[in-house]
Amino acid sequence: MKIRNYWNLRDWGADIWERANRPKRVAIAIISVILVGLLPFAGASFLATPIAAYDAVLVYPVGIFVLMALGLNIVVGKSGMLDLGYVAFFAIGAYTMAIMGTTTGLNTWEIMPFGIAFAMIAGVILGLPTLRLRGDYLAIVTLGFGEIVRLVLLNSSWSKGPNGIANVPMPPDIGPLKFKLDDQKVFFWVVIIMILLTIWMIRRLSVRRPGRAWEAIRQDEDAAELMGIATLKYKIWSFTLGAAVGGAAGVLYASKNLFIAPEMFTLNVSILILSCVVFGGIGNIWGVIVGATILGYLPDRIRFISDARLLVFGIVLVVVMNFRPDGLLPRKKREKAIVKKEVNA
Amino acid sequence: MFAVLIDQFWSLTIAGIALGFIYVLISLGYTMVYGVLRMINFANSEIFMWGTFGTVITSRDIFHYTQTSEPATGAKLAVVLVTSLFMSMLVAGLTAVFVEFVAYRRLRMKGTNRLATLISAIGISIALQEVMRLLTDSRPVGSPRVLEKIILTEVWGANIRLDTVITIIAAAIIFFVLERFIKLSRMGKAIRAVSMNEDAAKLMGVNLNRVITTTFLVGGLATGAAGFFYITVFEYTKFNIGFTMGMAAFTAAMAALAWDYLRFMPQLSLEHSGRQ
Repeated sequence: MKIRNYWNLRDWGADIWERANRPKRVAIAIISVILVGLLPFAGASFLATPIAAYDAVLVYPVGIFVLMALGLNIVVGKSGMLDLGYVAFFAIGAYTMAIMGTTTGLNTWEIMPFGIAFAMIAGVILGLPTLRLRGDYLAIVTLGFGEIVRLVLLNSSWSKGPNGIANVPMPPDIGPLKFKLDDQKVFFWVVIIMILLTIWMIRRLSVRRPGRAWEAIRQDEDAAELMGIATLKYKIWSFTLGAAVGGAAGVLYASKNLFIAPEMFTLNVSILILSCVVFGGIGNIWGVIVGATILGYLPDRIRFISDARLLVFGIVLVVVMNFRPDGLLPRKKREKAIVKKEVNA
Repeated sequence: MFAVLIDQFWSLTIAGIALGFIYVLISLGYTMVYGVLRMINFANSEIFMWGTFGTVITSRDIFHYTQTSEPATGAKLAVVLVTSLFMSMLVAGLTAVFVEFVAYRRLRMKGTNRLATLISAIGISIALQEVMRLLTDSRPVGSPRVLEKIILTEVWGANIRLDTVITIIAAAIIFFVLERFIKLSRMGKAIRAVSMNEDAAKLMGVNLNRVITTTFLVGGLATGAAGFFYITVFEYTKFNIGFTMGMAAFTAAMAALAWDYLRFMPQLSLEHSGRQ
């Protein structure tokens, strides 16, 4: 009999999942979703965040970070392209919501498809010329793109420049569920639904042709191309789907925050989201979720050491990366082939 | 709109050249590390920020200059400036070595993926910035004026100030020294060897750890010199100046990289197909 190492959380979780039959799996999934959905009611426990409102912290940073990290994981984790300009898609989604919400009479849910579409179009526009590049060169071009978007927003009159756009409408109420500023439970549940949709999309894509193409591209792009995979096409798809998730997160963020300005969309956000992905375990959905949750939640949880909290954040990044370079919950060994290769090169 | 540009063309150009030299010094820190490790050292902007504080501390706390005291002259001026320069370089160089030791060495030894190293670099740069923010209470720190900004001469209506001239000349000297060091010295040769092929260099008896530490040190020294010139020209520093300066310098370093990429496209693409 195999001795299970219970400290290896990934194998432990995967083990339970693989042993379970279908009804059991459905039960596990439903119970975990309900548990996570009940999190806003746990505000009085040890989870409470000093100073910042607990339910607000659950929406932003935690929820939005998880959503964006999942989107970025499609680009960085699945197809292995380093994207340092992910915040651009977030900004495009947020500004779509802000501008359309204040000028047209549409509500958040009607604007959501527009935000996603614009982010995807931006993804294609950025992707077509740049995805022929690889590695660091791609990282730098995407970094430049992020800065271009921010500077355009900062210097254009239609985006109201550095003043930003205020009075972005909140989402309309869904039946008895009301969106309120001082009670953001409903926002949190909406974020959970969006996260579940994203997970569903990634899981479906991963086991089908695009997912396998991404896997091949990540491991060896030249070999993938020789095997007849249209690498550029799949890379652009990966980029565009990542952008779509970022755009959706942006729409929700603008609608929740009621005010947006260009300085909210700096390079730091891209880097933070990338940190979430790598910190949690690049390429593994559950790892990414854990990483984004910790990195979103930690700075607010340790606000009692108010001044030094970012210092602690930085030290945590260094220490965890040094002792767990593959992240907290790394992906399966089989998928790690590329890492070995990089070391040998 | 263009009237301003035409009126101030030469003064803007000269100020721009001085600033450009500062950028180049910082970007040397990026390129040195990138050349050897093929990795973007995100902490370099914070190393620069620490370097600026080296100068401020020297003139304020060692030589007791204050905001109101008279600028130095003659031999005293030379002593203060040279001490400040070396202090900045020392602080930045040691910070760079510290960064390598804390954030990179273990990961490099393990031979892990490059993204982990990147995140480790981001972590250490956040930590460095936060330490300085706590030490200065998030306030901007003005530097006492040690060097009086005499207008040396006027070229086409533009004032040429002493500090810009010193910046340009001294930076040029530093480039020259660094270029000679990389080209001629034994260590420079080792650095170039590691940059070309790490494994082969190791087989030829190059001490990898020492080469990489030296690379960080030299890159840190150049970045620290940039910190000194920044203070001489702008007389002001803050815990977050590293970001904007670092971005610009990083862009400069990457432009140089792109130039290499275009020039050596065939070799690089071969190399890349191996690496990817």
